[in-house]
Amino acid sequence: MTAFQIILMGLLIVCAVSVSFSKNLLNSILIYMSFSLVMSMLWICLESPDLAITEAAVGAGITSVLFFVTLKKIHAIEAVKEEKQAEGKTEEENHE
Amino acid sequence: MSKKKSSEAYQKTFAFRFFRWFGGEKDPYLGELEMQPQDEYHVSEEAILRREKEHDAIMDKVYDAQHNKGLHLFHSLYEITSVLFCLFLIALLLVTVSYLPAVGTVTRPVNNEVAKRYIENGLEETGAVNIVAGMILDYRAFDTLGESHVLFVATITVLILLRLNKGQEDQNDRIFEPKNDAILQLVATFLVPIIIIFGIYIILNGHLGPGGGFSGGAVIGAGLVLYLNAFGFAKTERFFTEKTYKWVCFFSLSFYCLAKSYSFYTGANQLHSIIPKGTPGAILSSGLILPLNIAVGLVVACTIYAFYAMFRKGGF
Repeated sequence: MTAFQIILMGLLIVCAVSVSFSKNLLNSILIYMSFSLVMSMLWICLESPDLAITEAAVGAGITSVLFFVTLKKIHAIEAVKEEKQAEGKTEEENHE
Repeated sequence: MSKKKSSEAYQKTFAFRFFRWFGGEKDPYLGELEMQPQDEYHVSEEAILRREKEHDAIMDKVYDAQHNKGLHLFHSLYEITSVLFCLFLIALLLVTVSYLPAVGTVTRPVNNEVAKRYIENGLEETGAVNIVAGMILDYRAFDTLGESHVLFVATITVLILLRLNKGQEDQNDRIFEPKNDAILQLVATFLVPIIIIFGIYIILNGHLGPGGGFSGGAVIGAGLVLYLNAFGFAKTERFFTEKTYKWVCFFSLSFYCLAKSYSFYTGANQLHSIIPKGTPGAILSSGLILPLNIAVGLVVACTIYAFYAMFRKGGF
């Protein structure tokens, strides 16, 4: 096992742990995307380019997009404008 | 020989009454039971207050950690038991792993005649340079057929769950979003053709190099999703509607079934198959693998696009 592969393995563990410890759901999905990318690199190192292509397309691309859409649908991610408005409102309420 | 009954005799039978009741023509309880409207349930305010007070008192008594010795004991026991249980699970899993055969030994169950046959005779028997494609779409084509159908069934389930009815179109969250993002559109103009051509290359080259129907279809689906995000549903609906999805899936899956049925039939009965193997390495070679790759790729690309469209819009 080369040093490159060991670094990739370490990155995998870091990604996997930080996905579960991240408070923000959006950040979790982004870290999960990077997990898939590292995984696809590892697949190439393990000489299975078939899996690497599939992992990059499905794991990093489509699964995360579907996660984004689902979070949007259940209103876990709000648009930036709405968030700012909501923050402004709460501040006003605090002042009152 | 059927015995004819007069209509009066028939009206006395059980079947007549059952079908009349089943059809909802006559309520069997009507006129035979006395029906009264229910009394409304009244609760006085005092009763509510008393109940709340009792509830609070009980809660205070139970969750008063300093005076409730049982609760204290339970908490400490709970923590100890959970740690012990975790340790037990870890030990169990580690013991199980130690029974697995060591990595790289010759006597592992992986190193049997099946893998040997795939590697030694794969090129000759399937005609595919890429042994993985030969395995997936020739030796184990039945599994791949099942996988395609799983995807199809998944889309149907999502359709049942997320589909909006005709009257609910105002719930479509796509309407309230900003459109025509200039940066995204410029990037998509450059990227989408490249992504889709790369996906087509992966599909068509599946039997020669790494890739195949599933990965190529996923790449094309990702390209379509990017295009949809940049330009909106009005543009994609010009070439991709629910009808397109239905017909593409129908033709691809049924072509897969028929083609593989033919090759299973000829293979099992030692008949001569009319499908030529071709020279290994040429684009038109390896028998059925190329058309099957195209069929799987079409199903996967359409499925991924359909997933996205249904999550966004509740339809195509």
